[in-house]
Amino acid sequence: MTVRVQEADFDIGAELASLTAGNTAVGGLGVFVGLVRDVADGTGVSALTLEHYPGMTEKALEGIEAEARDRWPLEDTLIIHRVGRMLPGDNIVLVACTSAHRQAALDATTFLIDWLKTKAPFWKREETDQGERWVDARESDDQAAARWGAP
Amino acid sequence: MKLLYFAWVRQRIGAGTEEVTPPTEVTDVATLVDWLRARGPGYAEAFKDTRAIRCAVNHTYVEVDHPVAAGDEVAFFPPVTGG
Repeated sequence: MTVRVQEADFDIGAELASLTAGNTAVGGLGVFVGLVRDVADGTGVSALTLEHYPGMTEKALEGIEAEARDRWPLEDTLIIHRVGRMLPGDNIVLVACTSAHRQAALDATTFLIDWLKTKAPFWKREETDQGERWVDARESDDQAAARWGAP
Repeated sequence: MKLLYFAWVRQRIGAGTEEVTPPTEVTDVATLVDWLRARGPGYAEAFKDTRAIRCAVNHTYVEVDHPVAAGDEVAFFPPVTGG
């Protein structure tokens, strides 16, 4: 069970290898990687800056991870979320879950990113051809989180 | 009491953090917001539509009727957009 909030990029292959290393009870690994897109709502995006609430962010992510472990039989979980300024194509977030079987690993991974997007205190600011703007929360993200039910 | 502001709330107020000693009539998040609103145009602008703002007391999300007291860390911010 690992939560990291960091400015530095992460090596997806190395992170996943270390998540499964030495645990032969793992039969499935679910992974989600979020990246910076170069367009949002029809406007070109040249950079993205992620702000967070140090202390509360880590606590919120640990709470979400604990909830996933209550709901699914997981071997391990990993959440790495970057903060600071990023460019299109850069990694933003890595979420991974290991379990004996694929269904728990895949479902828990989807759950983690859905809840992270609506509960963990991060905020995105985009640099676009029309100036800078804060990204608005999306109702579709609330709906995605709500389908997993209440904590 | 330590106050923290993030994203456009921080930009409108013009500071990310401040120490305040509110008057005794400030007992919960709602009365704290009313008091903050009167502190200047940036505050009034930031708290214009409280439905657009979330609040956390000591790192836990709360509603506007949650009590606040000296020593608390109270944060105001827009709905989150990470991931």
